[in-house]
Amino acid sequence: MSKKIPDDVKHARSHEWVRATAGVATVGISDHAQRELTDVVFVELPAVGRQVKAGESCAVVESVKTASDIYSPVTGEITAINAELAQHPELVNTDPYGAGWFFQVKLSHPAELDALLSPSEYSTEVGD
Amino acid sequence: MLKRTPLYAAHKKLGARLVDFGGWEMPVQYTGILEEHRAVRTAAGLFDISHMGQIAVRGGGAPGFLNRVLTNDIRKLQVRQGQYTLMCNERGGVIDDLYVYQVQAEEFLLIVNASRIGADSAWLGRQLAAWPDRAAVDLKNLSEDFGALAAQGPRVAEFIDACFSPRADSSLAATLKKNGIARREFLGRPIYVSRTGYTGEDGFEMVAPAEVLHALWSKVLETGAPFGIKPAGLGARDTLRTEVCYPLYGHELDEATTPIEAGLGVFVAFGKGDFVGRPVLAEQKAAGTTKKLVAFKTAEKSAPPRAKYPIWSAGPDRRRIGHVTSGTQSPSLGVGIGLGYVPPEMSAANSPIEIEIRGKHSCATIVPKPIYRRA
Repeated sequence: MSKKIPDDVKHARSHEWVRATAGVATVGISDHAQRELTDVVFVELPAVGRQVKAGESCAVVESVKTASDIYSPVTGEITAINAELAQHPELVNTDPYGAGWFFQVKLSHPAELDALLSPSEYSTEVGD
Repeated sequence: MLKRTPLYAAHKKLGARLVDFGGWEMPVQYTGILEEHRAVRTAAGLFDISHMGQIAVRGGGAPGFLNRVLTNDIRKLQVRQGQYTLMCNERGGVIDDLYVYQVQAEEFLLIVNASRIGADSAWLGRQLAAWPDRAAVDLKNLSEDFGALAAQGPRVAEFIDACFSPRADSSLAATLKKNGIARREFLGRPIYVSRTGYTGEDGFEMVAPAEVLHALWSKVLETGAPFGIKPAGLGARDTLRTEVCYPLYGHELDEATTPIEAGLGVFVAFGKGDFVGRPVLAEQKAAGTTKKLVAFKTAEKSAPPRAKYPIWSAGPDRRRIGHVTSGTQSPSLGVGIGLGYVPPEMSAANSPIEIEIRGKHSCATIVPKPIYRRA
């Protein structure tokens, strides 16, 4: 039942993914994470313009049962958030690597991407 | 080591996610809380509630003893009828909330919370030791020998009778009234079926010997399949009971909270004579309490409220007035809902309040209980 992880993303061990193009990283949570959370009912996103550090808690995703912190895998400025999630938090479940993205970060240290896990490394990590 | 119910293997096979609930390894969900919640509201759901405790109280002295230790009036019970009741300490604090059934003359079955089996047994034992008529009361904790299931939802009455050998004399669906209890046989073993539940829907709860529980679970799932029954976990059980404002021990109720504060005064029978906790409860009923349990809904698009979040008064001179005891996103209503304690003077329905969620204030409104009522 696992969805295929796209080739162009890297993962943090805390289950966020990053897709970087032209110095901007789009961040979401993995298919594995959305399955663990189950029914997402609310997503709290950071303010545009906020500076975040790699590993900093900057969003919250809530299922019926619990609230979980989301950590930015990279350092930089928040340049965009996925406003669709306010009306449709279930996109995190239905399209975790696409329409269910959380926020975008203008990368301060692109080299941070090298420390993140490749799709196959992440698959092994979560045992899918 | 967590305790496991007779259905542990069945839950694993169904792909349930298991969690620690009051020392028991219990399914929180199978396919998803929202889906299981919807099944119970629209068709049927089956819960394993084997973690709950069963205590038998028998003998000619049983009614008198139970009327001494429980708040409701046992004399209102006919044979094969049950009632919701509470067991309080001398300060009026709740030791447990429970169901008591008179299964036959001078024989009562208490269904208690999993996390309170030890506390209840110890308390009942101490109370009995000090009870003059103790020789006429036999108290037994049967929790290890029995398991229990709850089949809940508007379609359960359509198939409950087909789960058991046909009986010409009485159909459970047609003759068992709310809070009634009947005996049935299953695989040659006696079981009890009551028309009760914890979801706000019509439904039946079954108490059966542990060794036939797995067969009974399979039989109910198989018989209910054409009616849309789904196994349902404690996650859905919690959202269902929160929508209808049923208290959960350890959240709305504890030994420092009284039934009057929790809005359960209707289950305290002052007319029956003395009982444990009565002086404090009578005083609170007459003079009022310092806290009162209220239900609330959050404004749309707020994060879901959760237990322990602070409750604030609304307006310019807002202040902290209480805390949330249970909170969730309501699957039926699509907004945040919850229960919490506030001062009585701030408890009126339609009053605006604020819920503090991660340092930010969300608007909410106190609403009449229940928050959700079946159509």
